[in-house]
Amino acid sequence: MGWILVASAAVILFLQNYPLYIRSVPTENELKFHYMVHTSLDVVDEKISAMGKALVDQRELYLGLLYPTEDYKVYGYVTNSKVKFVMVVDSSNTALRDNEIRSMFRKLHNSYTDVMCNPFYNPGDRIQSRAFDGMVTSMMIQVC
Amino acid sequence: MEGLTLSDAEQKYYSDLFSYCDSESTKKVAAHGRVLELFRAAQLPSDVVHQIMELCGATRLGYFGRSQFYIALKLVAVAQSGFPLRVESINTVKDLPLPRFVASKNEQESRHAASYSSDSENQGSYSGVIPPPPGRGQVKKGSTSHDTVQPRTSADQQEPVSPVVSPQQSPPTSPHTWRKHSRHPSGGNSERPLAGPGPFWSPFGEAQSGSSAGDAVWSGHSPPPPQENWVSFADTPPTSTLLTMHPASVQDQTTVRTVASATTANEIRRQSSSYDDPWKITDEQRQYYVNQFKTIQPDLNGFIPGSAAKEFFTKSKLPILELSHIWELSDFDKDGALTLDEFCAAFHLVVARKNGYDLPEKLPESLMPKLIDLEDSADVGDQPGEVGYSGSPAEAPPSKSPSMPSLNQTWPELNQSSEQWETFSERSSSSQTLTQFDSNIAPADPDTAIVHPVPIRMTPSKIHMQEMELKRTGSDHTNPTSPLLVKTSDLSEETKINSSVKFASGNTVDGYSSSDSFTSDPEQIGNNVTRQRSHSGMSPDNTAPPPPPPRPQPSHSRSSSLDMNRTFSVTTDLCVHTGQQQAGVVAQPPAVPPRPQPSQAPGPVVHRPVDADGLITHTSTSPQQIPEQPNFADFSQFEVFAASNVNEEQDDEAEKHAEVLPVEKASDPASSLRVAKTDSKIEEKTAASAPANVSKGTTPLAPPPKPVRRRLKSEDELRPEVDEHTQKTGVLAAVLASQPSIPRSVGKDKKAIQASIRRNKETNTVLARLNSELQQQLKDVLEERISLEVQLEQLRPFSHL
Repeated sequence: MGWILVASAAVILFLQNYPLYIRSVPTENELKFHYMVHTSLDVVDEKISAMGKALVDQRELYLGLLYPTEDYKVYGYVTNSKVKFVMVVDSSNTALRDNEIRSMFRKLHNSYTDVMCNPFYNPGDRIQSRAFDGMVTSMMIQVC
Repeated sequence: MEGLTLSDAEQKYYSDLFSYCDSESTKKVAAHGRVLELFRAAQLPSDVVHQIMELCGATRLGYFGRSQFYIALKLVAVAQSGFPLRVESINTVKDLPLPRFVASKNEQESRHAASYSSDSENQGSYSGVIPPPPGRGQVKKGSTSHDTVQPRTSADQQEPVSPVVSPQQSPPTSPHTWRKHSRHPSGGNSERPLAGPGPFWSPFGEAQSGSSAGDAVWSGHSPPPPQENWVSFADTPPTSTLLTMHPASVQDQTTVRTVASATTANEIRRQSSSYDDPWKITDEQRQYYVNQFKTIQPDLNGFIPGSAAKEFFTKSKLPILELSHIWELSDFDKDGALTLDEFCAAFHLVVARKNGYDLPEKLPESLMPKLIDLEDSADVGDQPGEVGYSGSPAEAPPSKSPSMPSLNQTWPELNQSSEQWETFSERSSSSQTLTQFDSNIAPADPDTAIVHPVPIRMTPSKIHMQEMELKRTGSDHTNPTSPLLVKTSDLSEETKINSSVKFASGNTVDGYSSSDSFTSDPEQIGNNVTRQRSHSGMSPDNTAPPPPPPRPQPSHSRSSSLDMNRTFSVTTDLCVHTGQQQAGVVAQPPAVPPRPQPSQAPGPVVHRPVDADGLITHTSTSPQQIPEQPNFADFSQFEVFAASNVNEEQDDEAEKHAEVLPVEKASDPASSLRVAKTDSKIEEKTAASAPANVSKGTTPLAPPPKPVRRRLKSEDELRPEVDEHTQKTGVLAAVLASQPSIPRSVGKDKKAIQASIRRNKETNTVLARLNSELQQQLKDVLEERISLEVQLEQLRPFSHL
């Protein structure tokens, strides 16, 4: 289970509840985003467990808005291998629609699978792929 | 060691060389790697090289420090000049020419003696060492596009020519040369005095002969006119192209694919390919790569799995991070395996990296996997290869994702934006999306797929089929011939299409058609109402299996229903014409049994309910019994008739009713009823009037089959009002109507029978449900009718006044 947190700010990817990849656009609040993500991890776990065992196949990968606060919204996405992607966006960023968030998660997921396909990548390592970084950067630039 | 006195030129030269060798900027140069290549390039016997290294202390230290390096260089110069190697030679020999390093391969090429000092730029003296011959690709990294490679390559040289071509310039080739040499020796000479680049390069060594092993990247030296030996080391230093990063961005670096192939490369002159692509793979290089590929995967069209590739490239001793990046660049289709092209690209990148070139952010065009297509998986290479390399990707390599061509086309500008990759990702994402889609098994499929006409009754009684038929039936109302006609436009319920695709077998349709046609028919019949009902109709009956195949018994009933259908259709036509179904329906209702008659008069309202009940009961039973008991048809007719009458009233009173009712008696009460009930609910009226009318016995009951039809009609009439009604009637109509169309069941009997059985069962349930609902409605309507009649009675005295 990895986590990826993206925010108009931060991207954190966590595996087994420890981060695989973290990126935030305004980098100063990274710690705050860490906190947000950790709290949202609980929500994600809750959603995953709520699905039930038999429904794994139908479980929607996109978890949607985990919970909004006055400052930001947290979106979650989990892959079938329990890698969690968390995206934190500013609430002020009202232009972001659900579909856009979904597409962003899809892109993240694709890039993540590309990273995994690399035989030189050991699962559990921090993700240092430049392609992945580039993709995340371009994505966050769009968001911000 | 001992103080080394260097002239200025030497100093400069040596420092350049050192910088060149010191790729990691650690001020130490490993014994292997560039230094080795450099020394090899000096074209000195290996033992001499050993001796030099020993003398300078590198052997002792294990690496070349700056001083050791300088000493070594000096010794090389000494050796090259023919002086014995002695430590003291360093300082004693005066006026030593600068050490010359040339690719061993290029013996033929002239070595330039150094015009080092004079020629700072390039150096013609490079005697082509490096790249073997044929056009080694000149990998000109120099182009601005490869900023990362700058440091080394930033030679200002413009090296337009491919390294191989001797005439070209081999700019910094010297460094390449070095490398090559180092590799070369290891490979070609099989004497690897020094471990050389390590196991990774050993393969090179082996394969050397002719295959290009390493590539030396040459920083482009500004192409000096003489381009002959691009390997001439001696020249290089002065130009220091390699070593110094000249701000000039133009640098062409040609990767030298080295080694052994150098000799062969000589022949191949890429003259100018003029394609200053620093990443181009020369033929020898490619040949070498292909050979390496074969060692891992004999099938040139096959893949090298990621794990094997990982092991192979790990031998190159590059950091995992860089290897990971190289993999990302070269695994074009992101499938975790390398095709020949991908492998060559990866290998090329590794070699480049080992030679100090920084990895590009995006895969250079010349390394695009598509190249393999040109070669047709054979090491064709050669000149054509050259063209191929330089040319835009012929096409995506086999088994590459379709996105490649598009990506390839954009390569030329080397402006691979992330979007390009994004496109690819999108593609992947699309595949991902596809998988998700598949897993979901879009339920809409049946609907969407239905658009085609229904084939002859299909044995498969899948729900899909069912739904298809359901939809189809629903759509085809207007076709009187068979309510089951499948309408292609199931989906577009609104479109009452008369495409009238007949159900191949009414049976199959039963289930659906019953529901659909039921729902659809009434609507159509009644008014050209878009069949929304089809939706509702579908829901309950979506899963209903197709109507069972015709059975002997049912056939009878069906046959009768055939008539019914005919009449039904006729009536439908009439209805259509008149705008109401009632007319037709009414016109042919079967004789009403006497019982209902007493209830004709509005007066004995009491009877009505009874009758109604009776009717209801009859009605309830009729559906099931219709096929078998025409008598019931009468009742149903009665019901239907009454209902139709009522409907008529509501729809359009005067005319149809008049036409329809052959019996005036019926018409009178009907009209009265109509009048009375004009404002009441249509349904109720229908129900109330129907029995009333029927009771009057005016209903000219049509032949037995008609009752069924009538019943259907009544139901149809009711339908418009109530969706439920529609559903039921539709079902009924479908069921009944489907009977006639049984004939098709001839083929595929067994499956058909099973399907029909299933359908029948479902039809039964549907009909039962329908019955109960209709009965309920009937009761309601009758109640209201009673109340209305009571009111009428109350008013009557007043009317007389």
